[in-house]
Amino acid sequence: MSARIAYIASNTFREAVRDRVLYNLIAFALLMSGAAILVGQVSFGIERLVVVNLGLSAVSLFGIVIAIFIGIGLVSKEIEKRTLYTVLSRPVQRWEFIVGKFFGLAGTLAVNTFLMAIGVFAALLYVSRQFHGTDGWIAVALYFSILQFLMMTALALFFSSFASPLMAAVFAFALFVIGNFSEDLRGFAAMTHGLQRWLATGAAYLLPNFSALNIITSVAHEQPVSSSLIFYNTIYALVYTAMVMAAGVLIFQRRNLK
Amino acid sequence: MPAIEILGLEKTYSVGFWRKRPKRALLPLHLKVEKGEVFGFLGPNGAGKSTTLKLLMGLVFPTSGSAKILDMDLDDPRMKARIGFLPEQPYFYDYLTGQELLNYYAQLSGVPGKERSHRVATMLERVGLKDAANVQLRKFSKGMLQRVGIAQAILHNPEVVFLDEPMSGLDPMGRREVRELMEQLKHEGKTVFFSTHILSDAEALCDRVAVINKGELRGVGAISELTSTVQGKIEIVWRGTAIPAALKNMNAEFFVSGDSVRAILPEQQQEAALETLQRERLHLISLTPLSTSLEEYYLQKVQQASANATQTAAGGRA
Repeated sequence: MSARIAYIASNTFREAVRDRVLYNLIAFALLMSGAAILVGQVSFGIERLVVVNLGLSAVSLFGIVIAIFIGIGLVSKEIEKRTLYTVLSRPVQRWEFIVGKFFGLAGTLAVNTFLMAIGVFAALLYVSRQFHGTDGWIAVALYFSILQFLMMTALALFFSSFASPLMAAVFAFALFVIGNFSEDLRGFAAMTHGLQRWLATGAAYLLPNFSALNIITSVAHEQPVSSSLIFYNTIYALVYTAMVMAAGVLIFQRRNLK
Repeated sequence: MPAIEILGLEKTYSVGFWRKRPKRALLPLHLKVEKGEVFGFLGPNGAGKSTTLKLLMGLVFPTSGSAKILDMDLDDPRMKARIGFLPEQPYFYDYLTGQELLNYYAQLSGVPGKERSHRVATMLERVGLKDAANVQLRKFSKGMLQRVGIAQAILHNPEVVFLDEPMSGLDPMGRREVRELMEQLKHEGKTVFFSTHILSDAEALCDRVAVINKGELRGVGAISELTSTVQGKIEIVWRGTAIPAALKNMNAEFFVSGDSVRAILPEQQQEAALETLQRERLHLISLTPLSTSLEEYYLQKVQQASANATQTAAGGRA
């Protein structure tokens, strides 16, 4: 990785911290501590299930919201405020700028997720009094959430490289929703024939498959996660992210910054 | 080898949502700026100055033509390490302090880590922002932002500096400071290419100027060359209502109001006009330079471009 990408990433991270993005942790901490206390009082035997479900869902939701709403502004805000002019008039390539921005936000999300993960485990310890061997799968679910955030950040950056912030937000959010039903789309493709099948299969492969990365329910029910799923999900998320990033870079390379 | 060589650079944008139509922001531009020159790029708002600078910085892509800076192509990162740029009405990352901002730009420009903090500190002192080094830019005044903008443009010791309207929005004190900085750059042997519509700045600083209007180059050369065929105007006011005959022959305009006469005449007639007033024992109230030769030249070129455009439009309609 070139040093310039690291500098841009580090500046993006600093911007997120100074713009109080990590303040979402306060809301998360309140949610987790409230849930832990409440669950202990109102439920019997399913405390762990409720805390894990709620905790992992909250981590996913907070991360996706940050990835979309910060991601869509990463490029468009720099163009709108013309801060990009003094960056691109230096020996910085356009692709380095986009990749640096991506790593900056990905780093922010990784730190955010790590801190929220501490909250989830703390709440779990509070309701269960001790950790069990199956709690390790929670870490895998959190890892899959980070993979989702990488894909979502790449998509938000992609839309941000040519659309207005509002349109980019609409596109990115729509893809997130559709991506959570992509298994259904694959099922639909299998039931159809001819051109319809081709189109449905094409769309299923083109759209992000977020449902494969969502193992919250199975982890809450203490079901194990296979190592092959971890491997294939990792490869899938990284390749998808890289392809979306490449498409974003291709568009941004040709864009006139009026 | 010229510092900047523009070879027919042209830019046409597509405007409109449904029915796209072309809008020519810059007609083919040919221009050379030699090393060590301070070059003024003059024109009214919307003339094509910023478009030219954005093309040179690789922020927009030309419809046709090319340009070289320090004999290198516009997308060459080695060239970009040797130039500095201040955009018009610059806006910087306002969550950073002055010191952090310059440090970030120094990193991106490839200033070695060992030199960086010294270079940043020196630059902050040079632009008078030493005391504001640790203040976030969101608390900076417009003048301070312009100064930090100039600092980021020259921080990495570039050979060619591009400044887009560097005096824009500055108070007289700020303008003077920027002028002094530009004079220092000239003494250091740097090539300075700056766009402006403030002609007094160009007159005070430039070796050569170019006038552009409606995307078309209207003239280029040393100020003395360009203004050899035009002259500035002065305004003389004296008490009374009498207009001496000698003054009437001086290609002057007269305006009588109350008990004073105001005459506007070519600056070359200044001495003769004053002698006439003295001879006629008329009481001089004031003498004010109205426009310099460069202003007259500029107005002539800008109005000529507008007249041509109107004529073309009328021809097109006919």
